Amino acid sequence: MTLPTKRALSSVWPPLVTFLVVITIWETAVRLLQVPAFLVPPPSDIFSALLKERVLLMSSLLTTAEGALLGFTLSVSFGTLIGIGFSSSRWLERALYPYALFLQTVPIVAIAPLLVLWFGAGLRAVSVSAFIVSVFPVIANTLAGMRGVDPKLNDLFRLYRASKAATLFKLRMPSALASMATGWRVASGLSVIGAIVGEFVAGFSEGQAGLGIMVLAAYRQLRTDLLFGAVLLASLLGLLLFALVSVASGLLLRRFRVSGSGW
Amino acid sequence: MRGVCQAFGATNVLDRIDLEIEKGEFLALVGPSGCGKSTLLRLIAGLDSPSAGALSVADASLAFVFQDAHLLPWRTVLNNVALPLELAGVAPAEAKQRASTALADVELSHAHQRFPDELSGGMRMRVSIARALVIEPKLLLLDEPFAALDELTRQRLDERLRALWQQRAMTVVFVTHSLAEAAFLANRTIVMSQHPARIVLDHRLSLPLARTSALRTTADFSREMAILYQALEAHDSSDEART
Repeated sequence: MTLPTKRALSSVWPPLVTFLVVITIWETAVRLLQVPAFLVPPPSDIFSALLKERVLLMSSLLTTAEGALLGFTLSVSFGTLIGIGFSSSRWLERALYPYALFLQTVPIVAIAPLLVLWFGAGLRAVSVSAFIVSVFPVIANTLAGMRGVDPKLNDLFRLYRASKAATLFKLRMPSALASMATGWRVASGLSVIGAIVGEFVAGFSEGQAGLGIMVLAAYRQLRTDLLFGAVLLASLLGLLLFALVSVASGLLLRRFRVSGSGW
Repeated sequence: MRGVCQAFGATNVLDRIDLEIEKGEFLALVGPSGCGKSTLLRLIAGLDSPSAGALSVADASLAFVFQDAHLLPWRTVLNNVALPLELAGVAPAEAKQRASTALADVELSHAHQRFPDELSGGMRMRVSIARALVIEPKLLLLDEPFAALDELTRQRLDERLRALWQQRAMTVVFVTHSLAEAAFLANRTIVMSQHPARIVLDHRLSLPLARTSALRTTADFSREMAILYQALEAHDSSDEART
């Protein structure tokens, strides 16, 4: 066995063991104590619900993934542009940063109805919700990265009378890459949360129901096993997106030979 | 420069410095750490402006070498050296050609396609010097460029730098806190004192033009070192000297 495989296995084993232990204790406890299934269903029920409703759940998963991905893409594009804009102009930063912070602090559930009014129910409101929840870390990390450029390299570019564009593309943006990647990773997980929350309020449209809608429907029918299944899939979606973004940004950072902050 | 002062807040880092640097000379600035040598160098480079006094630099093309290499990690050695030309709008093919020549000057022709993180500290510093030489500067400013390197590497780079200066018609201002380095490299050495920073000695060294490592063990070299040392010690106002 090669060393990397060994290391990969050693990071897979511990959480897997935890998972099996927790599942076993859960199953035994629920059965022994005869807890009603609508309160806490045993894991076996959850798995069979996942299997039985797999077609429905799969389509929900894809619907939510679409909203989250769209929101994440919006966050990365606009967040990066806004961050670069802020870093280029103190005035712009002072004028607009508080409002960017507002996006971070606004209770998304409270403004979700507005999003439906403005953007229409379904994918559009859901992806805007995902965008609002996930854009701030992209802005903040881009800004921090652009500000953290080696001052001596800044001097060097000044000394050689580099244009603003050259300084941006040849120095500031590549220097900020590691910090930007941190923002993307945080945003990836948040975009799934934003999409689910958005769906709670704005998810009904054109017969497409995301995982947020599934959670609500299962709750109304006291199908707690299905509810757990939907929540599980939502978490897995977040993890998957996070892992994809981590791998992609890791490759990018290696290509630019800047060290990132890891996972 | 005439009566140049530089203050940061209430601290006077430089106090009425008068200094005339002649074209083509190799000038070393020596003094204790924190005496304002680097500040003076940044003023000459135009990276900062003086709080009082006037300073004029005749030659337009100047290059600066920092204490550490400060290369762009995502660029190969060749592309790092070509950077100043690229920023000046030189055509890529010509820029690479000239970068390659500059790398040959610092004996790094074999390392074109390597990345900074694959190089030793001494090699990185040579890349940094090649990046400065590539624009064929009339004035080369170096701020303790070899301070972080081991003694042997440092001596080799000193010899290389001295040879490069002899080949090219350029003025060099070299900041160091090492008297031996100043004596070996320079034709003229300025010794500075601390609190406030003043010039305490302006000395022309009487050492041969061509210098090899053998020079370091000659009596002439020791005598020049002693002159610099006495000037430095006579104006030492550091805490260690007072106690």
